[in-house]
Amino acid sequence: MLTFMASDSEEEVCDERTSLMSAESPTPRTHQEGRQGPEDAENTTQWRSQENEEDCEEDPDRYVCSGVPGRPSGLEEELTLKYGAKHVIMLFVPVTLCMVVVVATIKSVRFYTEKNGQLIYTPFTEDTPSVGQRLLNSVLNTLIMISVIVVMTIFLVVLYKYRCYKFIHGWLVMSSLMLLFLFTYIYLGEVLKTYNVAMDYPTLFLIVWNFGAVGMVCIHWKGPLVLQQAYLIMISALMALVFIKYLPEWSAWVILGAISVYDLVAVLCPKGPLRMLVETAQERNEPIFPALIYSSAMVWTVGMAKPDPSSQGALQLPYDPEMEEDSYDGFGEHSYPEVFEPPLPGYPGEELEEEEERGVKLGLGDFIFYSVLVGKAAATGSGDWNTTLACFVAILIGLCLTLLLLAVFKKALPALPISITFGLIFYFSTDNLVRPFMDTLASHQLYI
Amino acid sequence: MTAAVFFGCAFIAFGPAFALYIFTIATEPLRIIFLIAGAFFWLVSLLLSSLVWFIAGTITGHKDGPVQKYLLIFGVLVSVLIQEAFRFAYYRLLKKANEGLKAINPEETTPSMRLLAYVSGLGFGIMSGVFSFVNTLSDSLGPGTVGIHGDSPQFFIHSAFMTLVIILLHIFWGIVFFDGCEKKRWCALLVVVLTHLLVSALTFLSPQYGINLVLSYTIMVLMGIWAFFVAGGSCRTLKLCLLCQDKDFLLFSQRSR
Repeated sequence: MLTFMASDSEEEVCDERTSLMSAESPTPRTHQEGRQGPEDAENTTQWRSQENEEDCEEDPDRYVCSGVPGRPSGLEEELTLKYGAKHVIMLFVPVTLCMVVVVATIKSVRFYTEKNGQLIYTPFTEDTPSVGQRLLNSVLNTLIMISVIVVMTIFLVVLYKYRCYKFIHGWLVMSSLMLLFLFTYIYLGEVLKTYNVAMDYPTLFLIVWNFGAVGMVCIHWKGPLVLQQAYLIMISALMALVFIKYLPEWSAWVILGAISVYDLVAVLCPKGPLRMLVETAQERNEPIFPALIYSSAMVWTVGMAKPDPSSQGALQLPYDPEMEEDSYDGFGEHSYPEVFEPPLPGYPGEELEEEEERGVKLGLGDFIFYSVLVGKAAATGSGDWNTTLACFVAILIGLCLTLLLLAVFKKALPALPISITFGLIFYFSTDNLVRPFMDTLASHQLYI
Repeated sequence: MTAAVFFGCAFIAFGPAFALYIFTIATEPLRIIFLIAGAFFWLVSLLLSSLVWFIAGTITGHKDGPVQKYLLIFGVLVSVLIQEAFRFAYYRLLKKANEGLKAINPEETTPSMRLLAYVSGLGFGIMSGVFSFVNTLSDSLGPGTVGIHGDSPQFFIHSAFMTLVIILLHIFWGIVFFDGCEKKRWCALLVVVLTHLLVSALTFLSPQYGINLVLSYTIMVLMGIWAFFVAGGSCRTLKLCLLCQDKDFLLFSQRSR
């Protein structure tokens, strides 16, 4: 989900939450404390861009809004649009980077395109001779996967409702440990094999240890923003690569379609788990940290990051939670709200700084599924780059449209449906219609 | 084929477009969005043209021989027409978007139609060039000998230059087209469509690279001059620019720093 937190939306009621949110990036201090939540959840788009150019006039509005939604609509729209294009680009860049990493890996490292078994979530094989059987198996796989995701989301909601924060936190830490160490080790091994580079175990250990440790620190605690962003992109890419490798062909496409529908339902329906999660957090007026559903044993890990109270000691402000929901995917997808507290008035200096920063957030699950789509297009397209590029452009345009809708509706919006729909349409049409046309043109050296 | 061929052809084909992107588009978020939207429009037009070609192929029953060649020619011509139709559609969309943006925040500087003409042309051009050439480029990294069966050994170089000319032409066509739409000079649109058809038709002379390339580049230069004058340039401003005496430009560059 994309969460867009307009500066005036935090104080408004639950329906102001958007999965596509522009998070006000706080000043570095507050950014880091707020980051604890999202940082724990690798899945959530703990992507906060800091812009230091917000108007001061937003200040009174933002805090006026706690009592009264006081921003004049013109100013609001102007501010939305003022940051609209920039926010879109702030999302384009990481999404593009993630996709580039995934496509580059798929095209060069053969490991991720070799079929080597399937996940337990997709038990039905696709090696059947008949088309109908294969379709049935992929649909069954999808049903199993989606139900696992739904169950995990509900489990997360229940955990959150009963305040089992430590459990969630631990789970989150476990999942990021696995991603940062185990998957990185496997990835590095395969890349080294592909390029026939010899590396001794001590060096490997040093590299993986440093990479993983810094990653854990950056994601779960404090670190430079860019480094945190880079780590999130890398773990999304790693996750997407795992999906690309282990999801069978047709199941992957059906799962992508089903996930978009699920995202739509979970975020927009009143009884959707994500929406309930967000509303619960709102009721409690406490920050909800992105829960990363990811588990080594069950391939799900849930974690909830809490802001470190000591780090907030400097501010000592009650929370004014902004909920944002991120969807992410461990071996499935999860949306979870992420709360981000801005400093309250009473600290004018901080207020100003806080006002000046704004960012956009996107769930890590969205990164992962966009990359899965583009990666699958790159993996299966018989060496065809046109399909990959078409899917890439389609996803970016979908993201742009979603952000536009976000600016218009100012409430939680799922980021997957539009992009994945465009991506799927363009994948199948480019692969079946455009590719033969362009290939024939290229072989005759005709240009259109 | 060697890495030299790959890099050489890649830079020939995409170097100018990449430079234009870096220097004029990459700094402004709104322009990037319009660029990608332009690329998307071109992609949709290609999709439609492929659909038309596919349907025509299905109707004629996928026979081999000269029928396929005629189908291809038909496909190319239809594709050109559809591309120009989508350029017009993009113009309409940009006009609406511009009006919307202006209405919402009148004091913000929204991009002018001329700038959007350039950006959309570049978007169309980049997408067109990439789709035409990137598969050939990736093949050039693999093993093989060009022309071993008697075809021309200049396949890659010719493709690279052709891609470059197509990209530049799309930019100029975009500028002239949008200007024609703005000033309601429909003859400009007609000329754009005709030159596009001409350039595509010239590629039918494929093994005769000489005529093909020379004519295409001539058309490109002519369109470029036309676009230059349409976009507001003149001999005087050109002289000022080349002699670095253009005060407005120098002041502007200093301001933006």
